[in-house]
Amino acid sequence: MRRASYWSWLWLILGSLYFALPLLATFQFSLLAKKGEIGLTAYASVFRDSGFASSFAFSFQTALATIVISALLIVPTTYWVHLRLPELRPLIEFLTLLPFVVPAVVLVFGLSRSYNRTPLTNSHGGLHLLLIAAYVVLSFPYMYRAVDTGLRAINVRALTEAAQSLGARWPTILFRVIFPNVFVALLSGAFVTFAIVMGEFTIAALLAQPAFGPYINLLSSSKVYEPSALAVVSFALTWASIGLLQWLSRGVGQNQPGGPR
Amino acid sequence: MPFLEIVNLHKRYPGGVAVEQVNLAVERGEFISFLGPSGCGKTTTLRMIAGFETPTSGTLTIDGADMTRTPTSQRNIGMVFQSYALFPNMSVADNIGFGLRVAGRPASEIRERVAELLGIIHLADFAQRYPAQLSGGQQQRVALARALAIRPRVLLLDEPLSALDAKIRIVLRHEIRAIQRQLGITTIYVTHDQEEALALSDRVVVMNNGRVEQIGTPSAIYNTPQTAFVASFIGTLNVLPARVVNRDAGHLEVGGQVVRVGRALTDATGSQVTLALRPEIFSLNGAYGPDANRLSAVAEELSFLGPTVRVRTHVAGHALSFDLFNTTGLVLPQLGEQIELHFAPEACLVLPPG
Repeated sequence: MRRASYWSWLWLILGSLYFALPLLATFQFSLLAKKGEIGLTAYASVFRDSGFASSFAFSFQTALATIVISALLIVPTTYWVHLRLPELRPLIEFLTLLPFVVPAVVLVFGLSRSYNRTPLTNSHGGLHLLLIAAYVVLSFPYMYRAVDTGLRAINVRALTEAAQSLGARWPTILFRVIFPNVFVALLSGAFVTFAIVMGEFTIAALLAQPAFGPYINLLSSSKVYEPSALAVVSFALTWASIGLLQWLSRGVGQNQPGGPR
Repeated sequence: MPFLEIVNLHKRYPGGVAVEQVNLAVERGEFISFLGPSGCGKTTTLRMIAGFETPTSGTLTIDGADMTRTPTSQRNIGMVFQSYALFPNMSVADNIGFGLRVAGRPASEIRERVAELLGIIHLADFAQRYPAQLSGGQQQRVALARALAIRPRVLLLDEPLSALDAKIRIVLRHEIRAIQRQLGITTIYVTHDQEEALALSDRVVVMNNGRVEQIGTPSAIYNTPQTAFVASFIGTLNVLPARVVNRDAGHLEVGGQVVRVGRALTDATGSQVTLALRPEIFSLNGAYGPDANRLSAVAEELSFLGPTVRVRTHVAGHALSFDLFNTTGLVLPQLGEQIELHFAPEACLVLPPG
């Protein structure tokens, strides 16, 4: 028992070091912008740049839109597959894995070719919508798996039939029964999606969108210490955003299977 | 006109027939149980009444209105599931009031109805708890209250007590029956537990292989089964091969011993039949008088079951068990002892040969 406990601590410490050491090294490097002294010069330079706040805000909004659209697409689809079309589950799993197989470059070229000469490609708003659509596709593997796991934890059929017997129709069942009961699972998929969108570079750059990923890349190619400071800041901001989302959604989804107590 | 009527209900799946030619007429306020082994079609029939399954053919009417193709949400039925199916994200009070909120009832009416039902199910102090904070029995009470909240025309219960332990099951089944009587609601109850069906129901529908075997009062189902399946499925039964030796006098021969059944038989003299005898009909002390049947047997095994002692014997090479009440002064036969079993002719069930 005691031996097992030592091993647990060892693995925990090794895991923590693996996670924390690169961050610490980046942080330490970001403090050396002024020769011979340790200071926050690189951070001041990052915050002074107007591109930082605007690109972060752009990506933040895009991430939220992606999460909402993805949830509205994935939850009803996964619910219907669980309820009525379980034989389609392997196909849906395969389709949702495609974003891992299709490179982002191919995806964005496919999108821009498909929607060429439509309002989606000849306006700034249209391109932003296209970017969100591409991110929704990227979110499929995470959102689908999270929702699928959430639905497996509840008796979808019985809950649906119980609601039906009480007079509920499909929209009521979906938004009052199913969504609240997969909320915790949905949130975990949403956090991964959020983190991916905040750091995504390829699609945003190819669609010429002022996102946070291309901004980090631009900074990396022209400065030395600022990219490290930005990496630390973006890491902290992404975690803070996830924390904020969790705090704003506190209470929702409590008392569900596996939910917070 | 019956309140709920099922006529020639069929349900076929690509893999076979689930329900075949089911006919049933239920009066208002009646408590009906569907009883049968797994896969007999009882749950499928219930689900067709609920509207979760569409019949392949046949009709279903409730209170004179054809409901065969009506969506579940428009049938006004209350349903209680084996798995409780309480909404995990809602409190007890919200669960009970869900149907009323969906119907757009005023908040004050919902509050009153929820409070009334919480009183009926004895969970008034649990209104703000969540399903995960309740025991199985409490959850099923809440599920019952939720189903009753909308004042359904028919209450359907699909093996509601199967997931509970034996003691809670007995308490809760009495509560279900008491509430059903109090509200006078027409109820259909699916179970594979014959004791539950017999204890609760006004009438029992025994099903097997998708068909109705017999519909009758619990007493009729138990005492005068119409088919070999019903006889063997309900209660414990000793089955002995017999031969008709006098059709008009109602005499059978079992392993060289004559048994009188007290009525004329429909089977021809000389034909083979099955004599079915319940374990509780026997006596060792001649309690049934001089006209009782007598069978010689050898005691082979005694099993103490609490209120009764089951004695296993052999009669002409066939196993026969009987029960003796565990009363003060009970004298049990010795193992290997030759005994004489007395039983009344009217207690004999004559079935087709097995």
